[in-house]
Amino acid sequence: MRAIEAFEPPPPSKVNYINAQYGLKSWLLTKDHKRIALLYLGSITFFFFIGGLYALMIRLELLTPQGDLLQSTTYNKVFTQHGIIMIFFFLIPSIPATLGNFLVPMMIGAKDLAFPRVNLLSWYIYMLGGVITIYALLAGGVDTGWTFYTPFSTTFSNSYVVATGLGIFVNGFSSILTGLNFIVTIHTMRAPGMTWFRLPLFIWSHYATSLIMILGTPVVAITILLLAFERVARVGIFDPALGGDPILFQHLFWFYSHPAVYIMVLPSMGVVSELIANFSRKNIFGYKFVAFSSLAIAVFGFLVWGHHLFVTSQSVYAGMIFSFLSFAVAIPSAIKVFNWTATLFKSSISYDTPMLYALGFIGLFTIGGMTGLFLASLATDVHLSDTYFVVAHFHYIMVGGALMGYLGGLHYWWPKISGRMYPEGWGRFAALVIFVGFNLTFLPQFVAGYLGMPRRYHAYPPEFQVFNVLSTAGASILGFGMLIPAIYLVWSMRYGKHAEANPWHLPGLEWRTQSPPPTENFEHTPIVDWEAYEFAPPEEMEVVGRFRRELETA
Amino acid sequence: MSEHIVPVKVYITIFLVLLAGTLLTVLAAFHDFTYHLGSRTFALNTPIALAIAVTKATFVVLYFMHVRYSTRLVWVIVTSALFWLVILFALTFADYWTRGWFSIGW
Repeated sequence: MRAIEAFEPPPPSKVNYINAQYGLKSWLLTKDHKRIALLYLGSITFFFFIGGLYALMIRLELLTPQGDLLQSTTYNKVFTQHGIIMIFFFLIPSIPATLGNFLVPMMIGAKDLAFPRVNLLSWYIYMLGGVITIYALLAGGVDTGWTFYTPFSTTFSNSYVVATGLGIFVNGFSSILTGLNFIVTIHTMRAPGMTWFRLPLFIWSHYATSLIMILGTPVVAITILLLAFERVARVGIFDPALGGDPILFQHLFWFYSHPAVYIMVLPSMGVVSELIANFSRKNIFGYKFVAFSSLAIAVFGFLVWGHHLFVTSQSVYAGMIFSFLSFAVAIPSAIKVFNWTATLFKSSISYDTPMLYALGFIGLFTIGGMTGLFLASLATDVHLSDTYFVVAHFHYIMVGGALMGYLGGLHYWWPKISGRMYPEGWGRFAALVIFVGFNLTFLPQFVAGYLGMPRRYHAYPPEFQVFNVLSTAGASILGFGMLIPAIYLVWSMRYGKHAEANPWHLPGLEWRTQSPPPTENFEHTPIVDWEAYEFAPPEEMEVVGRFRRELETA
Repeated sequence: MSEHIVPVKVYITIFLVLLAGTLLTVLAAFHDFTYHLGSRTFALNTPIALAIAVTKATFVVLYFMHVRYSTRLVWVIVTSALFWLVILFALTFADYWTRGWFSIGW
């Protein structure tokens, strides 16, 4: 540790990527990956609060058993729009487009992503998709559920299915371009000495995520296009009356949408790997296993989609295969959890805000993952399918997993992003409030679902009220908890303590440049001759010294 | 990576091949390729249309997208994309082809 503290980063310069240029045009036409990351950060935060408002409406409606706040048709639209906004416009771009965009080049020692213009284009495409979707929501909304199941979506729904589908279709290209950029960057732009097995695990997880983005997103894009063709032109693809097969839609939709869960959670796992290693000040236990488990999740994640179809007319034999494969995907996930836990063992843990989120992630993701096995079992799924058990399960993965990682990462790299420290006390308080609020919201839903409360209804039998009151109370705490970081992070941009280059005293490349970084990230191309997470004991002082000398002589 | 210059003649030839493929697809659509062999019926219109489409796509990928002249890494990436297509088809057909096997309920 002393070695790292002894390391002196390049002298802080007043010019950085934020103040290098001024004016709206300098932001809207920027090709700097860090500025584009901030554009994404603002955009996804906007969509997050829109999605959050829909969540608020759902929880308020479900406070009482009667459908007394929203009509059933309105409620259908509200939960659909909550899902669409949160999944396509917040969770999928959340970590890759913000933290990934900011950090992938910095962590590998590059000046920018491989295709800076394509990177900016991806943000514009994202915004175009967002505008189309918002138009669809304002024009009348969509009531199909975020899954767009046929034949309801193609034949019976009177809502704005095609417009919403178009928004998602367009948005998909943004995701593909981001994935493409990451893969090419990681392959071709690593700094000298940054070998594959010296890459931070954040990079490995983004590489795996990018594979899913590129290989899966085109399939859902084509599926939505086929849906629109059938709805508009009555081409028979999914509607049995026209010679189609509605289950085909579910196959195509989930071929992307199950791996999409890993698009959300894999980057979060990358963040957590960073946090666990760095706040334990210990090399990650089983680096290669954690790295390859990301790739294994990306591959296995494509083989399990049929578990969403267990209660349809899908063949029972296909069901058996999908059930087996779904159990298999638990293995690489478990490898990660065990390795993180092993890393913590006998380490020097500091409980700063990012670490609280990381520890929260491990617990919540484990609950989400284990309850997923209930749903991967053919028999129990028949009982649990379309109940609140499913809702609780995937929120434990998407919020307990993806969102916790996102918040942990945002706090961890905030000093680098903004050049300011966030208030640590408030940070820990908010992390605690969010953790409590989250569990109070979703834990009761497991019980309600197991007892038979179905999802997607605005009214329910009175015996389920106690669980829903608990859940709404939890959601209020969670919503309050989410506002706290929103407020203090904005506050810290102006009033926060100035951050030094390496406030956590860590070996990663992103910490070896000033905070905020200059537009080119590094004054000189770094030469890497240390391993990932090499917390230098005194005898390794030379490693850091070599790095400094390279900088001086370059 | 050195850039391979493809002669314009090659592009024009491939373009003509694609046009011919389109013409062939249209002509094939007007012909009924249903055959009966014993008690079994083979409706071949869709497989024929797909075969022409795949052939055309192969030309596009190899020449217009320059994959033929690209590095092995690009070949690996193209092959993995095709492999993913195989996953999509294989597991979907694992459902379709076994639906009739289990006749009680389901």
